[in-house]
Amino acid sequence: MERLEFIAQRLVKGVVVLLGIVVLNFLLIRLAPGDPATVMAGEAGAGDEVFLQQLRAQFGLDQPLVDQLWAYVRNIVTLDFGFSYRQQRPVVDLLAERLPPTLLLTGTAFLLSLVVGVALGVAAARVVGRWSDSLITVLALFFYATPLFWVGLMGVLLFSVTLGWLPAFGMFTVGVPLAGWALALDVGEHLVLPALTLALFHMAVYARMTRASMLEVRDQDFVRTARAKGIAEGEILRRHVLRNAILPVVTIAGVKAGYLIGGSIVVETVFAWPGIGRLAYEAVLQRDYNVLLGVFLLSSAMVIAVNLATDVVYSLVDPRIELGA
Amino acid sequence: MSRISAIRAMLAGAVLATAASAAAAQTPQRGGTMNIIISPEPPTLMLGINQTTPTAIVGGKIYESLLRYDFDLKPMPGLAKSWTVSPDGLTYTFKLQQGVKWHDGKPFTADDVVFSAKTYLTAVHPRSRPIFQRCEEISAPDPETVVFKLKGPFAPFIMAWEPSTAPIVPKHIYEGTDFRANPANNTPIGTGPFKLKEWVRGSHIHFVRNDDYWQKGKPYLDEIYYRVLPDASARVVAMETGQTHLSAFADIETFEVPRLKALPNLELTTKGYEYLAQIAWLDFNLRNPPFNDKRFRQAVYHAIDRNFMRDRIWFGLGKPATGPIHSSIPHYDANVPKYPFDPKKAEALLDAMGLKRGADGVRVKVTMESLPYGDVYVRAGEYIRQALGRVGIQVTLRSSDVATWGDRVRNWDYDMTLQVLSQLGHPALGVSRLYISSNIRKGVLFSNVNGYSNPRIDELFDKAAVTVDPVEAQKMYSEIQRILVDDVPVAWLLELDFPTFIDKRFRNVVTSAIGVRDNFADAYMVAK
Repeated sequence: MERLEFIAQRLVKGVVVLLGIVVLNFLLIRLAPGDPATVMAGEAGAGDEVFLQQLRAQFGLDQPLVDQLWAYVRNIVTLDFGFSYRQQRPVVDLLAERLPPTLLLTGTAFLLSLVVGVALGVAAARVVGRWSDSLITVLALFFYATPLFWVGLMGVLLFSVTLGWLPAFGMFTVGVPLAGWALALDVGEHLVLPALTLALFHMAVYARMTRASMLEVRDQDFVRTARAKGIAEGEILRRHVLRNAILPVVTIAGVKAGYLIGGSIVVETVFAWPGIGRLAYEAVLQRDYNVLLGVFLLSSAMVIAVNLATDVVYSLVDPRIELGA
Repeated sequence: MSRISAIRAMLAGAVLATAASAAAAQTPQRGGTMNIIISPEPPTLMLGINQTTPTAIVGGKIYESLLRYDFDLKPMPGLAKSWTVSPDGLTYTFKLQQGVKWHDGKPFTADDVVFSAKTYLTAVHPRSRPIFQRCEEISAPDPETVVFKLKGPFAPFIMAWEPSTAPIVPKHIYEGTDFRANPANNTPIGTGPFKLKEWVRGSHIHFVRNDDYWQKGKPYLDEIYYRVLPDASARVVAMETGQTHLSAFADIETFEVPRLKALPNLELTTKGYEYLAQIAWLDFNLRNPPFNDKRFRQAVYHAIDRNFMRDRIWFGLGKPATGPIHSSIPHYDANVPKYPFDPKKAEALLDAMGLKRGADGVRVKVTMESLPYGDVYVRAGEYIRQALGRVGIQVTLRSSDVATWGDRVRNWDYDMTLQVLSQLGHPALGVSRLYISSNIRKGVLFSNVNGYSNPRIDELFDKAAVTVDPVEAQKMYSEIQRILVDDVPVAWLLELDFPTFIDKRFRNVVTSAIGVRDNFADAYMVAK
């Protein structure tokens, strides 16, 4: 009951925060010089006064800023995300098209990095000081320090160009109509390189963190007590050490999960993955205000939701933590 | 998993086989799918309301205009099968092709042309508006004839008929609607050889053959896929592995060109950019000292080694520009003052102005906008900073995105900036706009932003545009070029050549002065 009340309270707060974010974002992106009409004239190599006026009138940019803001907030409250005049389509459609590929990519990478990262961290902690520990630590450091795009490009060079095992870019084979399992397999093949590239970095973070946290916990008194009671080593590791060591990892994973929806501009660009990160990045360059605000809103909502979920997970992992405290 | 390598082996075999029977492959044949790189993704495919390069490349398969132009910019039939110009240069009569249908099956008639030129393009198209406003009357005496009566002679009128300048749009879809907001813009209907099948944003644009195309038997290709590849390295891999068959404009970074050129499966051409004829130049804001002094501008021009830029930044693509008019455009004249690379002369000019080197070796500090059109311009900007630094001009580079750059330049908030623009087949269409004083309009990009004003130049450009006799016009354009090059209102750097890489399995891809922006009715794939 207490938990439900807590969740309800946080949801109400979340909505207020979200509205604040909408207003702030709206004003912030207007501070950037230029507007969509300038961009379109700049790209076309032409643009007289009439052209700029027409575009601004069509985009509603000729209205006072306060009126534009009011209209936008009114629309958002009714869940109307507006229209991308540049692409001539409702923002909701664009987001709905771009979100699933992003979630597939970031979700896969997130799970992969969390599971493998924690497993590697545990493994390293168990054999601390030995060569396999050093190997894991060095690899983790390597992937932590290497830029994503470089890892991605090297992956493409090795697995696509040299070996020809995996497709270099895209989300599915264009021009071959596939369905069902064949399609899933095809998307899966295309997913391997970008998901790995994205996962490697986070995997390194989780592995290092789990290892450090495990090493800290395993020397504490309650672990010694458990060992004195004669509990099996595996049991101690799982129930006493890992469960206590995992909290900081949950915190970091929670923060990272908030970014899932924002996608990864770098990985989506290198692999031509049709996700939302690229949509947002291009919207910035093109000053496509409504699209950008839509992405911002969606990611803010996601961050708020994930923060809430993280707090609930805390209380599940460690019952001593009280909700709402 | 080795599917791709198997396909590659197969294709390599196919290429070998065709090389052996090259003679037999000269007859175009039906069939085949072409995968083409497109980057960035176009905002829309409706060429009437958007004229960015990607829109022109992709939309050019859907929309056509009355004429096409060969590599020497001579008009060829397009939607018009023949045309005549009256001796006084006032009346242009076009006879249209027969049996042309829109993609929705409705017949194409002279009314569509009249509607496009008179109503549609003058309303929405910033480049066509001034051209068609010169018409006193546009009429269709019969469904296969269109007559344009001009208020006064305008020699470049015959050069305005390529699809990104004058796309012909369907009257039955656009008449009486809000042209920009018409939902049909998302399902473009043209007369071209390919129809839009599907557009998966961020991934690809799929075209299928228009079986009712007015040129019987064409197009040869069954399908075209435009693949959106935002990353430059991914584009190189795509061409290298044969997953895409065509790249153009700035798809391939200049430093990758020598390597790709050596690959056996690719052919490099720089043809197909004659109509656009792009020149890169260094623009000076003439309102800001010391740019108001001609000697300073000449000194800057002398301080820049344009051969070095061509060889080391553009990797041999292009050639140093001699003046305001591109050498592939009518009325070009090479007989103008020259500004060879000569840092000593530059320093002498600066000394003469009284700009002495200070204790730190700096004569003067200026800023320069980085052109946000790709890495090659970043490198060009860095080179210019270095080159000018050597003669004592300290340059601070300001980098920005397109919106910021556009905002600064159109509002005259700059000292120097790189610029690139197309000349659109004729000096009166693409060159005069940058130098005539009536086009000094704050807030408008690609107008005369640097503020150059010279009554003689105004007069000559005005007269030359309405002169029917090409010899007379040439005299005026030659004088224009000599005056401008002496004045150096801007420093013309390079005539740009763009690398077009074509997979050797495809032929007849680049067949006109608009290159990859043309409709690809003639492109075909050699037999497997």
